[in-house]
Amino acid sequence: MTNKTPQVEAEISNGPSRRNFLRGAAAGTALIAGGAKAAATAPDPLITEVQPWASGFGDGVDETPYGLPIRFEDDVIRRNVEWLTADTISSINFTPIHALDGTITPQGCAFERHHSGAIELRKEDYRLMINGLVDRPLVFSYADLERFPRENHVYFCECAANTGMEWAGAQLNGAQFTHGMIHNMEYTGVSLRTILEEAGLDAAGDLTDRWVFVEGADASSNGRSIPMEKALDDVLVAFKANGESLRKEHGYPVRLVVPGWEGNMWIKWIRRIEVMDGPVESREETSKYTDVMEDGTARKWTWAMDAKSVVTSPSPQAPITHGKGPLVISGLAWSGRGAITRVDVSKDGGKTWQTARLAKPGEKMALTRFYLDTGWDGQEMLLQSRAMDDTGYVQPTKTQLRDVRGLNSVYHNNGIQTWWVRPDGEAENVEVS
Amino acid sequence: MSKYLKLAIVVILLGGAANAQEFGLGREALPEEVAAWNLDIRPGGEGLPAGSGDVVTGEEVFADKCASCHGDFAEGLGNWPKLAGGMDTLDREDPVKTVGSYWPYLSTTWDYVNRSMPYGNAQSLEPDDVYAIVAYILYSNYLVDDDFVLSNETFTDIDMPNTDGFFIDDRAKAEYAKWTGEPCMENCKDSVKVTMRATVLDVTPKAESATDGKDIASAATAVSDGAATSETPEMQTAALDPERVSKGEKVFRKCKACHQVGDGAKNRVGPMLNGIIGHPAGQVEDFRYSKALQGMADDGLVWDEANLRAFLTDPRGFMKGTKMSFAGLRKGGDLDAIAAYLASFPR
Repeated sequence: MTNKTPQVEAEISNGPSRRNFLRGAAAGTALIAGGAKAAATAPDPLITEVQPWASGFGDGVDETPYGLPIRFEDDVIRRNVEWLTADTISSINFTPIHALDGTITPQGCAFERHHSGAIELRKEDYRLMINGLVDRPLVFSYADLERFPRENHVYFCECAANTGMEWAGAQLNGAQFTHGMIHNMEYTGVSLRTILEEAGLDAAGDLTDRWVFVEGADASSNGRSIPMEKALDDVLVAFKANGESLRKEHGYPVRLVVPGWEGNMWIKWIRRIEVMDGPVESREETSKYTDVMEDGTARKWTWAMDAKSVVTSPSPQAPITHGKGPLVISGLAWSGRGAITRVDVSKDGGKTWQTARLAKPGEKMALTRFYLDTGWDGQEMLLQSRAMDDTGYVQPTKTQLRDVRGLNSVYHNNGIQTWWVRPDGEAENVEVS
Repeated sequence: MSKYLKLAIVVILLGGAANAQEFGLGREALPEEVAAWNLDIRPGGEGLPAGSGDVVTGEEVFADKCASCHGDFAEGLGNWPKLAGGMDTLDREDPVKTVGSYWPYLSTTWDYVNRSMPYGNAQSLEPDDVYAIVAYILYSNYLVDDDFVLSNETFTDIDMPNTDGFFIDDRAKAEYAKWTGEPCMENCKDSVKVTMRATVLDVTPKAESATDGKDIASAATAVSDGAATSETPEMQTAALDPERVSKGEKVFRKCKACHQVGDGAKNRVGPMLNGIIGHPAGQVEDFRYSKALQGMADDGLVWDEANLRAFLTDPRGFMKGTKMSFAGLRKGGDLDAIAAYLASFPR
């Protein structure tokens, strides 16, 4: 529509250290006119008059045995896109990442993906079977699982189709819809290795070419094959998330956690683990979750989620609502192959980049929050972020991805996202040359 | 594959120690229990039960159990999966990935139909039904003739067209090697142009908050209270034509995958339909209606015969945004019959 490019003054590149940050911020402010403090013309009645909340009572402690967010936050919710799927039972919704900060996703707004709906399964009715090439096929109750040694880990879970609607071009206008098939929680559970060893793997012989087939108790069963190397490495049989029981929609009472690998493998309501000498080639790993290339052949077993990032604010659902002056650009970065080491942000569609500040050092297979504490001159911006992980991998542009994979893929779109921020602060999902 | 080298170490670590149960937790799984849950079928047909089904039987079973979503010819209705067709489209824009054009192994189809279909009534099929349905899907894809019988014996005779169409993840070579190293920070491109905009397509859902639906729900309750006595099901039952009811039962096969009627009918993909004729819309307990239906219910929609006919003739035309994925009944006779059949089930 327009060929105008952003007219943003290049700022001094800010390193991650606090001293550099302060210097950079000062330079930024100096460049931007109109960043002066606002002056009050009349006393603020919120300050000068006694407000009801400062005089009367609030709620008692018996009001809310288990709380939801305050009603003023009732737009921070999961949303779905009706035209994506035939019905809402086998469908997906999206985490409101544009409205969250930090890295932990509250369970109540963490995206859901079901293939036969979120079932209700009581702990008392829960059974986990281990069978196949094991020394003893076993059945565990929920109570049995709580008696194994437990571990705590924070991991992201990203649907392989996250950003999938954007393969052929910019489609959905909001970080929630383009990048919201992701959540990040602290899991408590038992290592799958412990459970497999309890059943005994001598019967499996040489483990080099062995697999586990995992499936859920719901009608879809959603069976997936996982190579033994991964199964014995870091997979968890989890029953708590963020300190409390898993939510129904995330697999209560027990789900599989497969760090760094596509969310479809994180079997919810997991009921069976079979040790096998090959993959099952189930529906979810053949007809779905495979990547059609330009020549019509398809990649399979693309389990790892590559490094990716997105600016969550400003973004189409989180426009800039203040004028010129200090601006926090914030976003999320993650890699299924390790820890995030660096995130760069561009305001001019990728011509120049600045290194953002990581809120904490990146952790393996977990979301990392980044900030660019900067100034806005009120001009348009083409905002981008670019993640790097500890393998040295650099998040590619959408053009780079398409050059390798063509336009017919659905899954594993980790290309660099662009938000076009206008002088009025509104932002739009766009693609740039 | 080099990524398995680490396993050698794992094996050594496990050696010997894995023999005894370290914690003594759980109990031995009984053979009957393993048999009940160990249903997966492998590409070589391992795990298939004895049985068989032919294309002609498959067509009937498919029409009864599958066609309401997948279409009479497995072509897929609306947004529901297409199971047939799409040959030679994989290298084109918007490839059509069906059992025939894409799925590499027949075992996957058998396994999935057996374990998870019909949608909303999984694990209800006998092995012979599954063989027959899979035979019909093969026939719909022109992969077998109409006299074909699929059985555990003939299973491995079938060659799936796209078996060799897959290759193992090569991102390490094709991508990681290229996209590694110190990235450009300055003067990375000469110019930047916006080449595509999401708002041009305008397919993003409108913003709404968690409390938006609440007033609608209470209004709907009010409608129900006022309209519950508008018609009595008994009167309708007395006037029903048995022939029509019986024809309606056949027509209702198209609805059965999603709707139940009769004793013990429950909500499935769609609400249970006992007593639906003459009843206000959107009132079945515990069913989550679409916003579209909820809105029309709010405005006082009652499922009298005229409204039901209009809806079933063109579901999406009558109710824009309905969750019901059904192409519609075109024949007047079918509409009469379905109305009579539904009226034969009082609340």
